[in-house]
Amino acid sequence: GRSLHHGRPRPALRKLLVANRGEIACRVLTTARRLGIPTVAVFSEADRQAKFVALADEAFCIGPPPARESYLRGDVILGVAKKTGADAIHPGYGFLSENAAFSEACAAAGIAFVGPPAAAIRSMGDKSQAKAIMSAAGVPVVPGYHGEEQEQARLEAEAEVVGFPLLVKAVSGGGGKGMKLATQRSELSNAIASARREAAASFGDDRLLLERYITRPRHVEVQVMGDKHGTALYLFDRDCSVQRRHQKIIEEAPAPGLPAEFHAHIGEAAVRAARAVGYESAGTVEFIVDVDTQDFYFMEMNTRLQVEHPVTEAITGLDLVELQLRVAAGERLPLAQADLAAAGPRGHSFEARLYAENTRRQFLPGAGKVLRWRTPAAAQQFDHTAAIRVDSGVSEGDTVGTNYDPMIAKIVTHGPDREAALALLRQALAETQVAGLPTNLGFLQDLAAHPAFAVDLDLDTGFIERHRSSLLPLDESVAPEVAALAGALWGKLAAAAAAGNEGSGSRGGAMAAWDAGDSKRLWHKLEQKLPVRLAESEQQMELAVTYDSGSSFEVVVAPGQPPVSVQHLTLAGDEWSAEVSGQRLAGQALMHSHAGEQVLSLWLQGKCFEFRRSVPTWSKDANATASHGQLTSPMPGKVVKLLVAESDEVTKGQPLLVIEAMKMEHTLSAHADGVVQGLAGLHVGTQVEDGQVLLYIGKAAAGGRDGEAAAAVGAAA
Amino acid sequence: MDGLLEQMTAELEKIRAAGGSVAVERHTSRGKALPRQRIDALLDEGSPFLELSPLAGMGLYGADDVPAGGLVTGIGLIHGNLVAIVANDATVKGGTYYPITVKKHLRLQEIAAACRLPCLYLVDSGGANLPRQADVFPDRDHFGRIFFNQARMSAAGIPQIAVVLGSCTAGGAYMPAMADESVVVKGNGTIFLGGPPLVRAATGAVVTAEELGGAALHCTTSGVIDHFAQDEPHALTITRNIFANLNLRHMHNTPTTAATSSSSSSSRPAYDPDWQEPLYDPVELRGAVPSDSKAPWDVRGVLGRILDGSRFEEFKSNYGKTLVTGFGTLYGQPVGVVANNGVLFSEAALKGAHFIQLCGQRKIPLLFLQNITGFMVGKKYEAGGIAKDGAKMVMAVANAKVPKVTVIIGGSFGAGNYGMCGRAYSPSFMYMWPNARISVMGGEQAAGVLAQVEADKAARKGGSWPAEEEAAFRKKIMDRYDSEGSPYFASARLWDDGVIDPADTRRVVGMSLAAALNAPTEDSTYGVFRM
Repeated sequence: GRSLHHGRPRPALRKLLVANRGEIACRVLTTARRLGIPTVAVFSEADRQAKFVALADEAFCIGPPPARESYLRGDVILGVAKKTGADAIHPGYGFLSENAAFSEACAAAGIAFVGPPAAAIRSMGDKSQAKAIMSAAGVPVVPGYHGEEQEQARLEAEAEVVGFPLLVKAVSGGGGKGMKLATQRSELSNAIASARREAAASFGDDRLLLERYITRPRHVEVQVMGDKHGTALYLFDRDCSVQRRHQKIIEEAPAPGLPAEFHAHIGEAAVRAARAVGYESAGTVEFIVDVDTQDFYFMEMNTRLQVEHPVTEAITGLDLVELQLRVAAGERLPLAQADLAAAGPRGHSFEARLYAENTRRQFLPGAGKVLRWRTPAAAQQFDHTAAIRVDSGVSEGDTVGTNYDPMIAKIVTHGPDREAALALLRQALAETQVAGLPTNLGFLQDLAAHPAFAVDLDLDTGFIERHRSSLLPLDESVAPEVAALAGALWGKLAAAAAAGNEGSGSRGGAMAAWDAGDSKRLWHKLEQKLPVRLAESEQQMELAVTYDSGSSFEVVVAPGQPPVSVQHLTLAGDEWSAEVSGQRLAGQALMHSHAGEQVLSLWLQGKCFEFRRSVPTWSKDANATASHGQLTSPMPGKVVKLLVAESDEVTKGQPLLVIEAMKMEHTLSAHADGVVQGLAGLHVGTQVEDGQVLLYIGKAAAGGRDGEAAAAVGAAA
Repeated sequence: MDGLLEQMTAELEKIRAAGGSVAVERHTSRGKALPRQRIDALLDEGSPFLELSPLAGMGLYGADDVPAGGLVTGIGLIHGNLVAIVANDATVKGGTYYPITVKKHLRLQEIAAACRLPCLYLVDSGGANLPRQADVFPDRDHFGRIFFNQARMSAAGIPQIAVVLGSCTAGGAYMPAMADESVVVKGNGTIFLGGPPLVRAATGAVVTAEELGGAALHCTTSGVIDHFAQDEPHALTITRNIFANLNLRHMHNTPTTAATSSSSSSSRPAYDPDWQEPLYDPVELRGAVPSDSKAPWDVRGVLGRILDGSRFEEFKSNYGKTLVTGFGTLYGQPVGVVANNGVLFSEAALKGAHFIQLCGQRKIPLLFLQNITGFMVGKKYEAGGIAKDGAKMVMAVANAKVPKVTVIIGGSFGAGNYGMCGRAYSPSFMYMWPNARISVMGGEQAAGVLAQVEADKAARKGGSWPAEEEAAFRKKIMDRYDSEGSPYFASARLWDDGVIDPADTRRVVGMSLAAALNAPTEDSTYGVFRM
């Protein structure tokens, strides 16, 4: 059977506390409920209204939004566990999941930590130690230097032994932070300095290791599972090669295009790795596979449930969280490697991670309020047996990416083979709708449809970079029909919104003659110019919309082109239908604002088109200077360094401040020569929004009076 | 009708081109928009704009062309509220006030006062047109009346808002100064009683316009203006925000639905929330009038393309049949219709007087559809007292204090114009179809009467009048009546509030009634009806 719980008693846990938030908290809570285990959620002040809070039997606020004051407060969380009588804590992923001290504290309090023993966490958390253990256990490791001696000269000497290209990595690092690439000798000292700085700042530990850099690496990882009775299994492998910013974006199981022996070898190596550290519960052993030789090397072991565990669940029919809970309760794993190997993986599964991010701005994290969130009609949540599964902790109205991870959802599909699962993924992505914040949904769609990914299996971690020009074309344009539709809908939606705001939609006494919303003019038709840009490609368009009536429009998409006719346009809530150049089309639309822009999200045939129109702002200050030189934040984040002061003269290209967002530091530089103005209110630690004006660069030293030019105009009037 | 519509459309397109491409280019190069563009930007998304009298000034000043009278006026929605808008067109003679400009400005203020509509003045004007000062400055209904009206409306609680988008010189300076709240655009907007040339002439001092009356001066030093705008779009944004803060709802008498208005003391009539569009397409009104002006046609066909659901509850249908009276609704609003269906006889006039009184009593707005050659003449009718019966109808029309909208859909001749609420009877709004004719009598009749007088004169002198001379005489009179009776001639002089496409009749009447109903309906009292 696909579900292990049938006929099995519930695990011997009294009450489970979930020390996490968002999607993974929902995921764990769902399984716990299914197993009949009472649950406790803990939440920060930012998550009061979150979905996971409502999903638990009991919920407690544990502090302010910053994670270090809430979700990383192991002491407070243990306090809640004691107060509520919880005898197990599931840490999810991130936060305290790989914190050995917390695992120990749980043990000391007599609470089961749903995860591996502290010792396993500790040894795998230390990259150098981990590699040493793996080497000893016969697991292949990448050539490198993992020594304690950290002097510059020693590192440089060791680099010669390892060979270039090489990676300089923080010993305590992870997720790409504190990791720098040196392609040749000349880049080494910079890489070391930079990695050391980030390592010290992020982990309080500036020790580094060196590692050979594999030019065409595939990222293949193995799901392992251990119990307290010495059993350790591998649950097949996953390919997570498609990455941007060293972070996974689309994963699949099993890793495609590799021979059966490879799967067995890498699985067995992973089990050896798990046994070497006395592993219990769910873990992932990550390997680098050299595409050219199919050799694999141990990279690291993640001692937690991974984000991408659902693809493994899909191809094994197992609920990994259930297994974790049973193991934590002291049960034996209810299956044997031989059975798994005999049955083999069931079909193929994909996971696409839907993130709030700006794909065209180096995939910088985005943030915002989720104004629309629709999942495919056939999708199930947190159901490891579903063909289409969407796991998400987000509800419409939630804000994503401001305080925590910007992931919105995981879209998982399962089919008899790779082609079927991928077709299902494409369908699921087409039926997913999200608006209000920048996301990678369109990018995921392009990725899932890309022939190099779908057919050629041209998989390695450089995939996105290599196919950038076809994945993110610079000259992407929309069909004139779509632009025309946007032009027509723009006025229609705005009129509907205005009618709603002013309460004028339902007035009587002949006011209906005024409230038709059709921009009626006598003896002519209203023509409105609508300068918009396509959010994705930044393509500018000047639409000219002529109102024939409240439901028919003529739209000139580009000067000199014949108008596109949009007729019988109806709008009911967010659903529209129209005949565009005679073709009947239907879809959804939403008008909203973001960072000083009016945004029209238009869904049509499984694609979302986003049109933006800037809404200018002005100062009513009679002395206000022109606001030309404004510097805006490219993303939400925190000011970590302020390199200039008010009234400083700066030159073009000069660094002004550093913003940290989602594990990355970004330096913002002056775009022109001038004087820094309007900096007041900005200091180290200030949280800034995407698009927020940070400062102005005014003209250096007052030249001629602004008033004179204006006066000349006035006199001529 | 098609030819008339095409001609009108073409004429109005020329008028919207305003002062011509050179003036428009000069205007827009300063970051200034044309008046209709400013209005389009100000109105709510989807709002209609009921532009009034675009033909004003046509042919009035010979070679001096003043498209739309140099002023765009009309009504539109800002933050859901009806607003009366006046916008100078600086591309037309620098936005200076010709006599017709003044008349058009005052007419819009008259409408605003009667309908209690907040007023918005988009000022971009050099003030009075100096060469024509005698016809613009001194009289009661001249330039000064604009500010008198502003003061009176402000006192009546009708908001007065001014936006200075260009010059605002001399008397014009009072437009923002008299406003309740005002905005000025940096650079383009200037306000002074005497401009730099006058200051130089009077005092010898050389000053720039900006120093003398620029935005910064008036927002920071003089306090003449309340809001400083960086540019024109900013000014229009501020203006919209001003309207958001007028708190107009407190003065709104929101109409109640039939279901909720149980109290008869309500000053508003109930309306039908479930109204329906006419069964017959209003566009068909373009074909309602036969091309032969003498062929009779039934006005009920027009009503079927104006009233909700094409439903008309006729009153006294078997009596005085040349006047059609009855009730219907327009966008749910009850309306009493008085429509000509032939020459007026005594019975028709009595029926009209009766029906108008009914509407006054019930506070139901009136719609007059004029197609009237006049009251019946002849010995029998004079003896029957048609004069006193006509007088009863005029008495009723003059005193019924309900909103009235008059549309001339055919002829409007003689005393028929009076009884059917012509301009002199101050209907809330008055429009004409392009085929309309208006004069004291038909050209043929006038030519006949005048020719008779001439012939009599000739006869008294003992001579005779050669037939070809009489024919030429008749033709001259008829040509004159023809040109003066045309809707262009009438609308150019503001004898109406605009010529409308018949297809727009339902909509325009509906919008006009709604505007008129913005003010509470008073009780009607009448004078002495001659029995």
